[in-house]
Amino acid sequence: MGILDSKIPSGPLADKWTKHKNDIDLVNPANKRNIDVIVVGTGLAGGAAAATLAELGYNVKTFCYQDSPRRAHSIAAQGGINAAKNYQGDGDSNYRLFYDTIKGGDYRSREANVYRLAEVSGNIIDQCVAQGVPFAREYGGMLDNRSFGGVLVSRTFYAKGQTGQQLLLGAYAAMNRQINRGKIQSYTRHEMMDLVLVDGKARGIIARNLVTGEIERHSGHAVVLATGGYGNVFFLSTNAMGSNVMAAWRAHRKGAFFANPCFTQIHPTCIPVSGDHQSKLTLMSESLRNDGRIWVPKKMEDAVAIREGKLKPTQLAEEDRDYYLERRYPAFGNLVPRDVASRAAKERCDAGFGVNKTGEAVYLDFASAIKRYGKEKALTSGIKDPDEATIIKLGEEVIEAKYGNLFQMYEKIVDQNPYKTPMMIYPAVHYTMGGLWVDYNLQTTIPGCYSAGEANFSDHGANRLGASALMQGLADGYFVLPYTIGDYLSDDIRTGKIPTDSEAFDEAEKQVRERMEKLMSGTGIHSVDYYHKKLGKIMWNKCGMARNSKGLEEAIKEIAELRKDFWENVKIPGTIDSKNQELEKAGRVADFLELGELFAKDALHRNESCGGHFREEYQTEEGEALRDDKNFKYVAAWEYKGEPKDAELHKEDLVYENIELKTRSYK
Amino acid sequence: MLVDGKPNNEQQTTNNYITMKLYLKIWRQKDASSPGKIVDYTLDGVEGDMSFLEMLDILNEELVSKGEEPVEFDHDCREGICGTCSLQINGEPHGPDRLVTTCQLHMRKFNDGDTIVIEPFKAKAFPVIKDLIVDRSAFERIQQAGGYISVNTSGNTVDANAIPINKHDADEAMDAATCIGCGACVAACKNASAMLFTSAKVSQFALLPQGRIEAVERVQNMVRQMDLEGFGNCTNTGACEVECPKGISLTNIARMNREYLSASLKG
Repeated sequence: MGILDSKIPSGPLADKWTKHKNDIDLVNPANKRNIDVIVVGTGLAGGAAAATLAELGYNVKTFCYQDSPRRAHSIAAQGGINAAKNYQGDGDSNYRLFYDTIKGGDYRSREANVYRLAEVSGNIIDQCVAQGVPFAREYGGMLDNRSFGGVLVSRTFYAKGQTGQQLLLGAYAAMNRQINRGKIQSYTRHEMMDLVLVDGKARGIIARNLVTGEIERHSGHAVVLATGGYGNVFFLSTNAMGSNVMAAWRAHRKGAFFANPCFTQIHPTCIPVSGDHQSKLTLMSESLRNDGRIWVPKKMEDAVAIREGKLKPTQLAEEDRDYYLERRYPAFGNLVPRDVASRAAKERCDAGFGVNKTGEAVYLDFASAIKRYGKEKALTSGIKDPDEATIIKLGEEVIEAKYGNLFQMYEKIVDQNPYKTPMMIYPAVHYTMGGLWVDYNLQTTIPGCYSAGEANFSDHGANRLGASALMQGLADGYFVLPYTIGDYLSDDIRTGKIPTDSEAFDEAEKQVRERMEKLMSGTGIHSVDYYHKKLGKIMWNKCGMARNSKGLEEAIKEIAELRKDFWENVKIPGTIDSKNQELEKAGRVADFLELGELFAKDALHRNESCGGHFREEYQTEEGEALRDDKNFKYVAAWEYKGEPKDAELHKEDLVYENIELKTRSYK
Repeated sequence: MLVDGKPNNEQQTTNNYITMKLYLKIWRQKDASSPGKIVDYTLDGVEGDMSFLEMLDILNEELVSKGEEPVEFDHDCREGICGTCSLQINGEPHGPDRLVTTCQLHMRKFNDGDTIVIEPFKAKAFPVIKDLIVDRSAFERIQQAGGYISVNTSGNTVDANAIPINKHDADEAMDAATCIGCGACVAACKNASAMLFTSAKVSQFALLPQGRIEAVERVQNMVRQMDLEGFGNCTNTGACEVECPKGISLTNIARMNREYLSASLKG
């Protein structure tokens, strides 16, 4: 094994991070001025890292494909951010947050990393408030919390349904302060095309200016990849249209191991697909499960009548509804973790109880919450014996204050009023737990190449709990990476500026150009989207919410064939040396066509069900996931060896010293 | 959405299941230095459930299959929050619907046989890059001039609950902070003024105790940058507020003027 050294510090769990910070080498402030760091991606992880690195004194260059760093897709995160502040006095602690996250991840994440995450979570909230993030507050002026899936405490901080936006604007503001000081050079509408290695170390990137088409060389003493997840391999996902795996995959091809690619989160509450024209899916925040009750009709004939438009959900009597999450998981009810909720929805719809015209939707119903809040509000407003209409009116106002923007978004997309009729939802690809393998310092297997946020694999195991992605992104960016990277950079204080006229840069640029020319030479008739949609169908049908060995074997073969077809035939108009959105998409889809195959290979090799990875062959009689800790309690880190199917497996055994492995139960 | 405290039930009728034929007049421009022109396209089979951008996707699919260059437009999250999409649709930023971005505008708002004029946001400070894509980096420079609180990201700040903040103020700060920086306010304004955008950013910080410390410098620096970028003046017509997809209120402009005036007096 050897190559995979996770570098977890010794000592008791709760002391590891402090001890590590005391032990690692530092770079003195005068020397930091001579060190350049490249940060690719400017979401929560990249933006926070860039701001902090610049503040520490490093010279930072940031790159994003968007026209502004603040448009990175972290902005779309809705529900909230977890922190073990225990402001609600409900017994929360760092340990509980750590434990919930490990359990939520179905015991496939690293103890030390997750504990560190819980440990710094409180600082994140302090930091964000100091930056002017307008979190929701109670009337007494204190911060408000809500609860999220998979936990029994209220530890989620939020800013309406736009928490990601507010946190990203906070990180961007911190970046702006450094841009204004000249410590960050922000390159927007730029895409990283390849990683440049000099003597085995990451020393720069080749980037394309998306406006002019120009190919640029940028050097640095280290490269941080904070480029998000690869959910768009499914074509339809809640990711932004431009979200892609290119930077991570380019690094993988240059030697960075890719860990657990099959660990993908299918989020239970998204707006269902409406037709073939669909370009992306929209999430309805998990926070809605605090107040919404999920159900399908109990009787098949009612489900059929609803699908045919002959029956309205509001006409169905209480006893004819199957609140299947409350039925199957009484302890957690509608707040079970995402993987459990998604599979339960699929189970009901596969059994024929789905509700919209496609049969792939379940209800998320706010009627009882509206009544409950309405009664409470009437009481506190001093209204005696309120009538039904008053209660509903007051209740709707409370719901609007909590989730107004989400309800509005739903209404605009679906054209139904969710205050009056239950929302329809269905699971959709949302987040990828897998990603570049990193050690405790967030360094990949390429020296000098770091990865932060969703782009790395580290903290969420096989399933991520709600409101934890924002926490991890900011923890990595603000509080972990800027310190751990110093340990590596301390060797570079005498290196001097990395020249970009070296052979390594020449060669990398040449390869980038050749790849684009090859893409442009396709002779067929189909567009990039045609191939992307085809890939998405294979992924959704064979590597989606439930997988089996036969389907996965087919997927590997079909993706390889599709990739060959793509490279020979894809049709891209325009030129290389000008703005060309089709060429941009083609480069991204080309990498998805490789990643998809590795994804299927990883899913095929993992003969167990855990978290978001559900193999039909491995389930209990009740249809719950059947984990195999004896044989699969490890991180699967894949080394690139040419074709994705030839990737070589390296295992990082997961050691649980502080937590006893249990069968996850939310009953 | 609640209107006067009541759920808004208008627009429940849909064109969902009828396909439409549309006549599109789209601004095409090769790059910043080339002249542009309106080009006519006819598109059939458009469904009400499609978003406006999905309608353009289909047009582009057709263009690519014919070997023509597709119409380039800015877009990313397609759920109304990143602020990347733009477009002047029949003269209105983000089209005829209210409180939505172009990506959330659905074709059910149009009728079979409609002619739709699609242009980029027009403002001196937003030069065209290609087709419907404009350069909005002026907004970034305004924020860089002072749209932040000078606090180190070390995490060693006071506890988040150490300074209670009045809920009303926090909510108002949040309302200002929901600005997605799309530029519709500028595109809607006859003077191409960026007052609504800048004032939303100024307001968010002005309303919070953490932001008060640098309030004087912030408003002066941001307004100075706004003027340098070539945005026009505000004449209080309120078009910006009407077209803003996030409902940012004109109150913010009043607040910024007040902040600016008092900063000048301190000054």
